[in-house]
Amino acid sequence: MEDKRYDLAIIGAGPAGMAAASSAAGFGLRCLVIDEQPRPGGQIYRDTGHSPLANPDLLGPDYREGEVLAAEFGKAQMEYLSGAAVWHVDADGVVGLSREGRAWSVAARYILVATGAMERPCPIPGWTLPGVMTAGAGQILLKTSAMIPDGPIVLAGSGPLLFLVAWQYLNAGAEIVGFVETTSRANYLSALPFLPKALGAAEYLFKGLGYMKALRKARVPVFKGVADLRVEGDSKLEAISFSVGGKNKRIGCDTLLLHQGVVPNVQITRALGCEHIWDIRQVCWRPRLDDWGRTDSEKIYVAGDGGGIGGAAVAQIQGRLATLEIARHLNIIETAERDRLAAPHRVAMARHLRIRPFLDLLYRPTEVMRCPSDETIVCRCEEVTAGDIRSMVRMGCLGPNQTKSFGRPGMGPCQGRLCGLTVSEVIAAERGLPTAEVGYYRIRPPIKPITLGELAAFDAPEGKQK
Amino acid sequence: MADADVAVVGGGIVGMSVACGLVRSGLRVTVFDGDDRDLRASRGNFGLVWVQGKGYGLPDYARWTRRSATLWPDFALSLQEESGIDLQLSQPGGLFVCLTEAELEARAEMLVSLKADLGGEYPFDVLDHRTLAEYVPAIGPEVAGATFGPEDGHVNPLRLLRALHAVFKRRGGRLVGGVTVTGLNHPQGGGFRLSSDSGSWDAGKLVLAAGLGNLSLGPQVGLTVPVKPNRGQVLICERIPPFLDYPTGHVRQTGEGTVQLGDSKEDVGFNDGTTPEVMAAIAQRAVTMFPVLKGIRVVRAWGALRIMTADGFPVYQESGECAGAYAVTCHSGVTLAAAHAGPLADWIKTGSAPVGMASFSGERFHV
Amino acid sequence: MFRRIPRRDDEESRSLVTIFIEGKPIQVPTGEMVAAAVLASGLGWVRSTPVSGAPRMPYCLMGVCFECLMEIDGVPNSQACMTRVREGMRVERQAGVRPLSEV
Repeated sequence: MEDKRYDLAIIGAGPAGMAAASSAAGFGLRCLVIDEQPRPGGQIYRDTGHSPLANPDLLGPDYREGEVLAAEFGKAQMEYLSGAAVWHVDADGVVGLSREGRAWSVAARYILVATGAMERPCPIPGWTLPGVMTAGAGQILLKTSAMIPDGPIVLAGSGPLLFLVAWQYLNAGAEIVGFVETTSRANYLSALPFLPKALGAAEYLFKGLGYMKALRKARVPVFKGVADLRVEGDSKLEAISFSVGGKNKRIGCDTLLLHQGVVPNVQITRALGCEHIWDIRQVCWRPRLDDWGRTDSEKIYVAGDGGGIGGAAVAQIQGRLATLEIARHLNIIETAERDRLAAPHRVAMARHLRIRPFLDLLYRPTEVMRCPSDETIVCRCEEVTAGDIRSMVRMGCLGPNQTKSFGRPGMGPCQGRLCGLTVSEVIAAERGLPTAEVGYYRIRPPIKPITLGELAAFDAPEGKQK
Repeated sequence: MADADVAVVGGGIVGMSVACGLVRSGLRVTVFDGDDRDLRASRGNFGLVWVQGKGYGLPDYARWTRRSATLWPDFALSLQEESGIDLQLSQPGGLFVCLTEAELEARAEMLVSLKADLGGEYPFDVLDHRTLAEYVPAIGPEVAGATFGPEDGHVNPLRLLRALHAVFKRRGGRLVGGVTVTGLNHPQGGGFRLSSDSGSWDAGKLVLAAGLGNLSLGPQVGLTVPVKPNRGQVLICERIPPFLDYPTGHVRQTGEGTVQLGDSKEDVGFNDGTTPEVMAAIAQRAVTMFPVLKGIRVVRAWGALRIMTADGFPVYQESGECAGAYAVTCHSGVTLAAAHAGPLADWIKTGSAPVGMASFSGERFHV
Repeated sequence: MFRRIPRRDDEESRSLVTIFIEGKPIQVPTGEMVAAAVLASGLGWVRSTPVSGAPRMPYCLMGVCFECLMEIDGVPNSQACMTRVREGMRVERQAGVRPLSEV
């Protein structure tokens, strides 16, 4: 019987997915790329080549790098399914899809999960109020819709993206009235030993210094090493307050952009039941992968930030490396050929990764930004506070699956995406255990909500009976 | 001195119900509970307090189930008063919706026979499509009808579990979490010794309520508990306004407004995952029953393993070999929670068994 | 509230559609995210939670947080950040529990 399966299904058309698809096409693989957005690019290169901005240069040169990748992707021989949500993936290579109210499934011999990163949740008191959004969200609106907040803006938190967005916003003429950094002074010391290594990828450092200089030049009030971040307001954001150098400070604003780094989006690998490890340096979960991105499930690979944060350049390389290994399994190339083709990629990847230990330690989120005060909402969907979680632990809950059943955190429409990390860390802190021992939510399908009508009309994959 | 008067192995709904009943009478009770990721039927069940149809082939089971349903209101009230947790118990009667005439006839026949077994005292109604539509206006045009059991109801099973834990703790019970009890001994001088990787404990009496774990624990104290996992997949949908005033065998609307769908029965060993085929079949039946649900979203699905015996009935038994050791196993831990906290706990405390208990001995599987 | 900054002067970027946000007509660029159009419109909140009724606004704009649930062309709890505007589209707030509309 003819094998109707795709050789490779790639989930996500960001840097990792686009690069993998281009490579796969080069090997003549029958490849399907699935993405939720209408255009390729992922979040970092979102709408690349189509930004409506009169002056896209205000976003900086990095964003425009996506155009090269998207052009290569556009020319590659493969099927590209945009605007489609993945609601099911199984270890045999079946992918359940939903688009425009219809659910169906496709089968592939290998799956590459290239779903990238999401911003680490920033649970502070009042973070659910209208007027508060993530820095990444603020950036998406600039990139894809040419809009910026009207009125005074504060950016708060930590991490390279916070600086980049501030710089882009200044270029766009936004009114930034405060740049509030939570990065603790101790982090500078712990990161310092990794500075020499980071100099091996100095372009990242120069970029960062450039952004800081721009903030100073624009006379944006910058506060470093702040604590006790809190959003003030009843039904909407009115101000942000914090303490700095033993003093309390309050800045009135209409928009607050929060950020404290990005973490792998592990929803699909979790739903698949792949083994995940707690990355102590990046303070997040990532799937356990081999050198080619293969998970502990034979047919499932991961490339890009979804397997650990490395950035866009590393993601592209990982996409290509995974494709090489898959091509080898499909008997398209021999082991020696795979290794020969991989060698230059590995050199480049090692160079890009030199910056990571420095960035990870410098921008390591503070304890209180990971394990917030009792009053702080942790699960935004079901409105469960950190204090609720702690009281469930005192009642005997040992892990996030028990707190979920006791008090509903993680049961809302976001399916635990925005609270999972915090809940695990709060439980771990309360029990005095490493987060690795406490574990994570068991992620259940559907990976994205679909309607009962769609599910009822779902055609089971061939060979499987209802 | 022993660490506890009674050790209960298993901190699910069954174990906690028994433990709450025991601790109430002043006994020192310790519950041993497993880990966060253990198989937990108590986290995956459907939440029905269900009478109709139960006990076909074993009238004592029908009586026991009805007794529990009768005890439920007081049981819920006491848990609510002590824990402050609203269990969302409602017992308005329940519907078993039948899609075809043939299904409805077979169902009615089964209930008639059950009624005869119980000496004619067994209330139920058979509703045709039109009458059913008066109970539930949202019912789909293709549905043949339903049977109605006035004693049926439902409860929030997660709140029940949480309330049981809260009340147990309040009443002075001791919970030892994160342990898997693997070894049981019955020393010469009486009592029991429980051991695990992380330590051992002594107790005067022993209750095995470890679900599928009873399979390996029972024989160590002379109890036969031949249970097998049986998977049920459950779908949960987003909150919607009230549309269904009665719980049904396949679909119920929870107190929060979410809609729960389920009742697949699969023999798949210890796999508690989900499959898109079964999820689709559950969705299909649900939208045939209630077409108005077509547009609502499924937010979560799960598989949970029922604890099934070959005949589907519980095992309640005191060990003949090791007096003071009890097996408690069933697949209707929610419905039977009130009976477990009441008459069953009394049996374990006093040693005198409730009426009809002999029917549930594990010895019935020794043929 | 968000404001628009200068856009590219070409056909793709100039093309507009009319949508209705809470019944009010508004002209927005073709193909824009509904969430962006809503933020530019000055609507103070897009949904209130079914738990406490607290007002919410779009938070992540990349499909993960589900804070931007709105009723779009009669479909409740639609993710406004994952939906593109279409001519004549009707966008309403999602207040509390979604309604159960007849299909």
